[in-house]
Amino acid sequence: MSEAIVSLRNVDKRYVRGKQSVDVLQGLTLDIPKGEFVALMGPSGSGKTTLLNLIGGLDTPSAGEITVAGQRLDQLGQGALARWRANHVGFVFQFYNLMPMLSAQRNVELPLLLTNLSSAQRKTNALAALTLVGIADRAKHKPNELSGGQAQRVAIARALVADPTILVCDEPTGDLDRKSADEVLHLLQILNREHGKSIIMVTHDPKAAEFAGRQLHMDKGALLEAGVAA
Amino acid sequence: MKYFPLIWATLWRKKTRTIFTLLSVIVAFLLFGMLETVDYAFSHPSNGITGANKLITTNKYSITLSLPLSFAQQIRSVPGVDEVTWISWFGAYYQESKNFVFALPVDSETYFNLHQGEFVVSDAAMQQYRNTRTAALVNSALMKKFGWKIGGKVPLHSTIWTKKSDGSLDWTFDIVGTFDAKDPTQASAQSTTLLFHYELFDEARSFGKGMVGWFEERVADPSQSAPISNRIDALFANSPNETKTQPANDFTMAFIKQFGDIGFVLRAILGAVFFTLLFLTGNTMMQSVRERIPELAVLKTLGFGDGKILGLVLAESLLLCVIAAVIGLALSYAALPIIKQGLRGVELSPTALIPGIAAAVLLALIVGLPPAIRAMKLNIVDALADRR
Repeated sequence: MSEAIVSLRNVDKRYVRGKQSVDVLQGLTLDIPKGEFVALMGPSGSGKTTLLNLIGGLDTPSAGEITVAGQRLDQLGQGALARWRANHVGFVFQFYNLMPMLSAQRNVELPLLLTNLSSAQRKTNALAALTLVGIADRAKHKPNELSGGQAQRVAIARALVADPTILVCDEPTGDLDRKSADEVLHLLQILNREHGKSIIMVTHDPKAAEFAGRQLHMDKGALLEAGVAA
Repeated sequence: MKYFPLIWATLWRKKTRTIFTLLSVIVAFLLFGMLETVDYAFSHPSNGITGANKLITTNKYSITLSLPLSFAQQIRSVPGVDEVTWISWFGAYYQESKNFVFALPVDSETYFNLHQGEFVVSDAAMQQYRNTRTAALVNSALMKKFGWKIGGKVPLHSTIWTKKSDGSLDWTFDIVGTFDAKDPTQASAQSTTLLFHYELFDEARSFGKGMVGWFEERVADPSQSAPISNRIDALFANSPNETKTQPANDFTMAFIKQFGDIGFVLRAILGAVFFTLLFLTGNTMMQSVRERIPELAVLKTLGFGDGKILGLVLAESLLLCVIAAVIGLALSYAALPIIKQGLRGVELSPTALIPGIAAAVLLALIVGLPPAIRAMKLNIVDALADRR
């Protein structure tokens, strides 16, 4: 088995809202090998998104250890976490979350603003990422001029452009029709198989999960089982 | 600089709102520029009295109270005083009260000696002026304004001085020549001036004979102005007509302040304008950030740190306010000639507009900081929870 790109040990996550405390994750232990495409499944409220947030460095655990790409995330402050995310994680959201006033190319360039690349290099890299996801011809279009599937491809290009260690996708096909969803999932599969990207994807859709190499099922803040897809 | 396209695009996210906000800030800074320029003009007067070597002696208690002409001899005797002349306020207009004329009865010998080299006037005109008892020398701009001609007669209505011959307030002068200020910066200040003989004025008026409005002195060494002023005032201490001697510019300021504290009035107006603007622009910025919470959360997700988010929102506020301020101030600069027309005798300076840029930056920081801090403190998970 190859080295783990994601390693969680006895991770708890508790949210406190006023006087109420909710345990979302309890004693969660998980290893995800480098280069794997994992689908996280489970009912609403099972803790999938919380787990994804922790792996993506958007949130910190209440207890336990989280190591991603060799970095102990539970020991980092907010500033260090932001820098770590910029270098190691690409995010894909259900509703694409593109900047509506920027063109597809400018949207893809956003993560590169945090690098020392020149304007020309940023543009070249953004176009390369858009080409990789098959949407270079829409580079000048704004998000409201793109279909859902096209917008999600732009979002994937934005997630890829800084060459992250890991791709974190939260319901990436949740807002797409079947055909567009399959195209996006196929694209993710290619990125995993041909470009070696480690991908963790939260989904409700069993068909989407079939594109992953492994399916993890969660319920009530704990992992139920681990399956391996064909 | 690499963030500029992002900031610019964000600024124009809601075009209509941005345009209206820009317009309101532009109007505010247009007003700021105009009022600030007027305030500057009143604070830096140059109404024909140039140089640091001029002093003015008035009645100690009010410039509306006269002084005996006989003081001139005593003032001239003060060491350091090169020349002394005397002037009275005539308060004139031509035909209608809106046609103000800055008519001054002056002693031709001492006045032109004291202001030597400050006027451009032909020898022939000067000679004619000296030889004609009812003569008047008129500024070229004033001639042009009312269409007066050399050789013509001009009737002026004094708001103060009646003639002893008929008790009338109407005085008639013969225009014998024109004059201009040698220093171009004084051109506007002297554009309404008409000079005529003090001797005529003193003999013809029905009251106040032998009294003058104020004395003007030229000192040899401007650095000695203060001790010379003290010496002049000491001459008349404890007399029925105590004096107050001060630099010419201070006198002008005191004269202007008769009309009220113009600076205070202007600042009060500006205060009200900017107070309103703070709420308007501040509310727009807050609303703009509120609408963009998911977008700001995405930027943070991508790795934009708290400082960068704070900087982006502040930069947006700065861009909005500074662009609008520059346009507003440029418009007020373009309006300078119009203001000058309305403020004859007061010189205006574009340097008065410089505080406008500082005000724009301050405004941007005040209205930008609260939403910027809010954006900076944004919790990514909470902000994304509504829309992922």
